[in-house]
Amino acid sequence: MNWLVQTGLNPWNEQILTHAQWNLVYAALAFGVLFMVGHSLYVKFWPVPAGGHTASISPELAARVPERVKRHSLAARAFHWIMAASMLTLLITSFAPILGWKFDWVQWHWMAGIALTISIIYHIIHASFWLDFWSIWLNKEDANEAITRFKRSIMGGQAAPPRKAAKYPWDNKMYHTAIVLSALAVVPTGLFMMVRVRNPLFARNPYLFADSTWGVMYVLHGLSGIGLVGLTMAHIYFAIRPEKLWITKGMVFGDISKQDFLKHHDPARWVVEGATPPKS
Amino acid sequence: MATIHDVMPAFELFQPTSIDDTLSLLERYRRSVWVLAGGLDSFDWLKDRNKRPQVVIDLSGVDALRGIKTLPDGGVEIGATTTLTEIANHSVIKEKFKLLSDAAGLVASPQIRNQGTLGGNVSQDTRCWYYRSGWTCYRAGGNICYADTTTSINREHALFDANRCVAVSPSDTAPALVALDAQMVVRNGDGERVVSAEEFFIGPAIDITRMTVMQPGDLLTAIRIPATWAGAKFYFEKVRDRQVWDFPLVNVASAVKVSGGNIQQARIVVNAVAAHPLRLRAVEDAVAGKAQNEETAKMAGELAVAGAEPLAHNGYKIPLMRNLVKRALRAEATS
Repeated sequence: MNWLVQTGLNPWNEQILTHAQWNLVYAALAFGVLFMVGHSLYVKFWPVPAGGHTASISPELAARVPERVKRHSLAARAFHWIMAASMLTLLITSFAPILGWKFDWVQWHWMAGIALTISIIYHIIHASFWLDFWSIWLNKEDANEAITRFKRSIMGGQAAPPRKAAKYPWDNKMYHTAIVLSALAVVPTGLFMMVRVRNPLFARNPYLFADSTWGVMYVLHGLSGIGLVGLTMAHIYFAIRPEKLWITKGMVFGDISKQDFLKHHDPARWVVEGATPPKS
Repeated sequence: MATIHDVMPAFELFQPTSIDDTLSLLERYRRSVWVLAGGLDSFDWLKDRNKRPQVVIDLSGVDALRGIKTLPDGGVEIGATTTLTEIANHSVIKEKFKLLSDAAGLVASPQIRNQGTLGGNVSQDTRCWYYRSGWTCYRAGGNICYADTTTSINREHALFDANRCVAVSPSDTAPALVALDAQMVVRNGDGERVVSAEEFFIGPAIDITRMTVMQPGDLLTAIRIPATWAGAKFYFEKVRDRQVWDFPLVNVASAVKVSGGNIQQARIVVNAVAAHPLRLRAVEDAVAGKAQNEETAKMAGELAVAGAEPLAHNGYKIPLMRNLVKRALRAEATS
C-alpha cells in the first residue's frame, strides 16, 4: 500500500497512517491531461451517427419554448462561483507547496475550507426547498440514457437515438455525484483537522481522536483532495470547450437561448418556466 | 523511537577535495545524501538512526570552503567550513564585526567550537526533542506536533511564528549574521545564488520540514558580511540553562549606529523564540531617531514581545526576551 498512503511511527512505537502519498498528485494531473487529450480526439475524430446523437423533438413541443430559458437562478449561480473560487483556492493552497511553490498556505487553506463548507450548507438548503431536489440525482432513466447513448456512439445510425436530456444530462449528474462523494470525504475530515492547527474557530486539541483515527482522516482528506484535482481539471476543460460554452454562459448569465435548449434538452423532460401551455 | 547505538548504520562515504566534485556528488545522489561539515549535528542524527542516508559527503577535505578573507568593500567572506574558534579569534572579525565573534565564542564548548563550522552552525536542525526522538511529527513528514499540547514538555519551544510545528532555531551565529546583513552564498549544479541571511532561514509556514532555503543538491559555500555595519555598536547575549555546552533558551544580537546620543539605525535579532532568527523590525523602526537611554530600551523590550504566544511551559521566555532586548539597547551595553 506504500504507493497509496504514507505511514509513520508514534511515541508508542505504533505504525500509524500519516497521509496520502503525495506522488499521487502527479498521477491525478497526468490523468486529467490524458482525459482532456482523449476526449478532444474523440470529439474531433469519432464519426457523428447519421441522424445525430439524439432523437429529434416534436415541433409542437418546440414551439412552446420561450426565446430565453432560465437555467440557473442568481442564488444557484452565486453558490456555484463561490464554491468554484473556494475549491480552486483549496487545491492551489494544498498542492502547490507539494509541487514546489512554497508559501504560507495553511491559513488560506482553512479559510477557503470554511467558505466551501458554508456554501455547501447553503446549497443543500437552497436545493432542498427552492429547487427541484431530485433533478440532479442519477436514476434508472439516466442509466438507460447512458446505455442508449453509448450504443448510438458505437453502432451509429443502427442504434436507436436516445432522448434529449432533462434539465441535467446523465453525465452532469455523474459529475455531481462524484463531487458529492468527494465532498463527503473531504469536508468533515477537513473540519476535524482544523482542531490540529491554530485558528480562531476551534480550540486546538490534537488528541481529540486516537492516532489511528487521525491517520484515516488525513488519508481520506488527502485522497479525496487528489481526486478533486482530476475532477476539477475535467470540469474546467468542459467549461471552456467550444461546444459546451453555452452551458458556461448559462452559469454566468442564468439563461440559455431557445436554440441551445432545443438542441440539447427535451421540453417534455424539462418543462421550463414561461413555456406556452398545450392547446386543449 | 530514538535509541543510542554504539555504531552508525552503514553508508557510503565520499571525501571530495574540490567544490566542483562536491557539487557533482550532490547532484548524483541528491535526496539520499547527507553533507557532513563538523559532524556535531550529523552524528547525533546518524547514531540515533533517525536519519539513514545512503551517502555521506565529508567536506573536511575541501580547502576552498575554509578560511576568512577581507573583501574590497571592507567586508569579509567566511568559508562555510571555517571553524567557530577561528571566527571567534579572527582579528578582523573581532575588530569590525565583534557581534559575530562574540556569538561564535559562545557556541557550546571550546572542543565543539574547534570542530564546529559556521556553515554547520547555521544549517543545524532544531533541537525539539520530540522531533529528534524519531517520531513522525509534522517536521518529520507526519501530521502532528507532539510539543504543542497542554501536556507537552515545551519549555525550549517557540513564542512566535509557530505554524503547526513549534520548534525553534538553536543557532547562536544565525541572529548575529542576520543583524550584520550577511549574504549566504549557495551553489548547486545550475550555478551560484546569493541569499540574504534573513531570507536564508525559513519558518514552518513556508516549509515545515526544513529550516533553511537549502534544497537537495545545494551547497552553502561561504558567508559574506558587507561593511554596512562594520564598527557599529554591537551586543550579543545568550541565556542558557548552564553556562557552557548548551543551546540558547533565548539569545539576542543587535547592531546599533548611534550619533549624538541618538539611535540612527538599529538591527535587533532574537533567536530560539521561533523556527528562524526573529528580526524585530517593529522595534528597529520604533527606536530609530530616539535617544539611547533607559526609556527607549524599556519601550523596545515591551514592543519586542508583543504578539508572543507562549505554550504550556515556555512563558518564562517572554520576560527573558523582553529584558534581553532591553539590555541590548542600553547605552552602557553597546558602548
